[in-house]
Amino acid sequence: MTAVTDKPTRAPGRWAAPPRPVWEERPSRAGLAGKGLVLTLACLGILFPLWIVVVTSLSSRKAIDEAGGLVIVPQDITFVAYQELLSGGQVTRAAIISVVITLVGTLFSMAVSVLCAYGLSRTGSLGHRWILMILLATMFFSAGLIPTYLLVQSLGLTDSYLALILPSAISVFNILVLRGFFMGISQELIDSARIDGAGDFRILWQIVMPLSRAVLAVITLFYAVGYWSAWFNASLYLNDQDMMPLQNVMIQLVQKQEAPVGLGQAIKTGELSGLAVQMAVMVMALLPVAVLSPFVQRHFKKGMLTGAVKG
Amino acid sequence: MSHSTVPRSRAEAEQTRKTPVAPGDATGSGKRPPSGKLSLGLRFRRDRVLLLMTLPAVLLVLLFNYVPILGNVVAFQEYDPYISENGIVSILHSPWVGLENFQRILEDSAFWNAVRNTLVLFFLQLVLYFPIPILLALLINSVVRPRVRAVAQAVLYLPHFFSWVLVIAVFQQLFGGAGILSQLLRAHGYDGLDIMTDPETFKFLITAQSVWKDAGWGIIVFLAALASVSPDLYEAAAMDGAGRWRRMWHVTLPALRPVIALLLVLRVGDALTVGFEQILLQRDAVGPGAAEVLDTFVWWNGVRNQDFGYAAAAGLVKGVVSLGLVLAANKVAHLMGEQGVYKK
Repeated sequence: MTAVTDKPTRAPGRWAAPPRPVWEERPSRAGLAGKGLVLTLACLGILFPLWIVVVTSLSSRKAIDEAGGLVIVPQDITFVAYQELLSGGQVTRAAIISVVITLVGTLFSMAVSVLCAYGLSRTGSLGHRWILMILLATMFFSAGLIPTYLLVQSLGLTDSYLALILPSAISVFNILVLRGFFMGISQELIDSARIDGAGDFRILWQIVMPLSRAVLAVITLFYAVGYWSAWFNASLYLNDQDMMPLQNVMIQLVQKQEAPVGLGQAIKTGELSGLAVQMAVMVMALLPVAVLSPFVQRHFKKGMLTGAVKG
Repeated sequence: MSHSTVPRSRAEAEQTRKTPVAPGDATGSGKRPPSGKLSLGLRFRRDRVLLLMTLPAVLLVLLFNYVPILGNVVAFQEYDPYISENGIVSILHSPWVGLENFQRILEDSAFWNAVRNTLVLFFLQLVLYFPIPILLALLINSVVRPRVRAVAQAVLYLPHFFSWVLVIAVFQQLFGGAGILSQLLRAHGYDGLDIMTDPETFKFLITAQSVWKDAGWGIIVFLAALASVSPDLYEAAAMDGAGRWRRMWHVTLPALRPVIALLLVLRVGDALTVGFEQILLQRDAVGPGAAEVLDTFVWWNGVRNQDFGYAAAAGLVKGVVSLGLVLAANKVAHLMGEQGVYKK
C-alpha cells in the first residue's frame, strides 16, 4: 500500500504523503514494505470472508455446485436468491421488523439520551450531581439476567416489541459522551439565546443540537447498530416465531441450516441454491451497517474524545 | 438588561437584582451562574426544565437497572414460576430456603467448570487479544498518508458494527465443516475439518472471533492518545539524537500508558464477563464442557431449566465478585499512580 516511492518533486496528490519534518529520518524501503504488508494482510483478513459471502450470495446454483460450495471467483451472477427472499415470506417480514425496530428504537433512545445529556450539561444546576451518580453507578454493577427477565415478564412485556426497546433503550456511556460534547458549547451563546427569549427546549433544539452534529451522528449510529444487531432479548421475550427480527431468523437459517419457510421446495428442486440463500440473508444483515458506518467514521474520534475526556 | 451575566429565570433575576454578580463571574463553559446563595426553592424553579429533561432517562435506569436488584431475592427462594403469570406475585408466594441455592452451587461441578472456562478465556484474551489494538494503533499512526490511513481505518472498524450472529456465521463459512478451509482441504485430498464444533480449540476460536470483530475498533482510543502527543516532544528527542525506536520507547509509549492502564482496569473489572452472546450462540455446537461460562450457566439454569432461584444465586455470586473486582482494580490503578475509572 505504501510502496509508492517518495520523490520530493512529485505533485502532491490525494494519496501523497504530507511533507516530513526535517528532523525525521527517511523510512527504509524494508520498513515501508513491512508496514504495507501487515496492513494489507489485516485488511484482507477482514474483507476476504465478506467477499466470499457476497459472491456466493450472487452465484447461481450451477456456479455453486461447480465450486463445490462457497464461490471465490464470481461467475454466472444472478440475483435470484434476493428476489426469492424479498418477494414476501419469512425473511421479508423479519427484515421489515428489524428496520422498524431499529428506526423507532433509535429515535426513542436518541430523544431520551439527548434530553438527559442536555439536562445534565449545565453544571451547578439543581440535583445534577445526584442524577449523574445514579447513572454512573450502573456502569459498575448489573442486576443480573434472571431478575431482569422476571421484571420484564412482570411488566407484561413478553411477546411485545417494547421488550426489545425499553430494557436496552439507553446507554449511560452514550449519555456521557453527549454530555461531554454539550458542555463544550459556550455559555455565552446559550445566554444570548436566553436573552432573546428562548427556553431550554428551544435552546437545545436550535442552538445545541445543530452545533453537535458530529457527536449526534456517532451516537445515532451506535444506537442503531445496537438495535439492528440485537437478538438475545427477542429470543428471551418473544415466543411467536412470526415476530422474530432478522438476526434471529439468521440464526435459524445460517447457523442451524434450516430452509426459509416456503422456500424449501424451490431449494430442493429448482434453480435456487440453499447456500446462496443463506449468504443473501447474511448480506442483508451486514449491508446497512457496512454502508452507513464509513460515513460516520470521520466523526468517531471527535465524538469519542470529548466524551471520554470530560466524562 | 444590562448585566453581563444573564439571569436564567425570573427567580434568579430577582436574586441578582439584590446581589449584583461581578462581570465575567460565570462565563466558564457549561457553568451555571453561581447558585450558592439561591435557596432550594428558587434553584428548583430555575432548573425545573433541566430536571424534567433528565426524567425519562432516570426513570428508565431506575426501572431496568435498579429495580431488578431487588429481584435477586429469588436467589434465597425456591422460586416457582408457575404460581402466577406475574413474576412479582410469584416472588411473594415462593418459599424461602435461605442459603440452600448457594450451597448447591458450591457442590455443582458444572458451576466450577463454568468458572474455570470463564477464567481461561479471560486470561487467553488478555494475552492474545489485548496487545493487538496497541500494535495496530502504532502501525496506523506511523502511516503518514491521510488517504491510506482513512481507508485502513474504515476497513478495520467495520466488523465492530457487525452483530455476533453475523460474525459467527462468517466464521462458519471460513472454518466450519462446509467452510472454505474444509473445501480447500478436500479439494486437495485431505479430510475436511470442523473447527467450529471442536471443544479442544474452542477457546482459541472465541479469541480469534473477538480479535476479528473488535481489535480494529480498539485502536481508536490509542490513536486519540497518540494524536494528543505534542510533535515538539518528538522533535526535541530527535535533536537530542534519539532514533526512531528510542522515540517510540521514550515518547510514544509513555503517552499511551494511562490509556493502557485504564483499559486494563476495565478489563480486569469485567473479567467474569467473557462474550455472553458470542458464546451462547455456539454453546449448542460445541457443548457445555468447553463452552459453558458463568453467564451461560445462569442462562441455562434459569431460562432453559426454569430453576430461577438457583440461576439467580449463581448470577448474584458473579455480580458481587465482579463488583469487588472493579473496585479492587481501581484501587490498584490508584496505587500505581494512574487515574482508573473514577477519581480518588
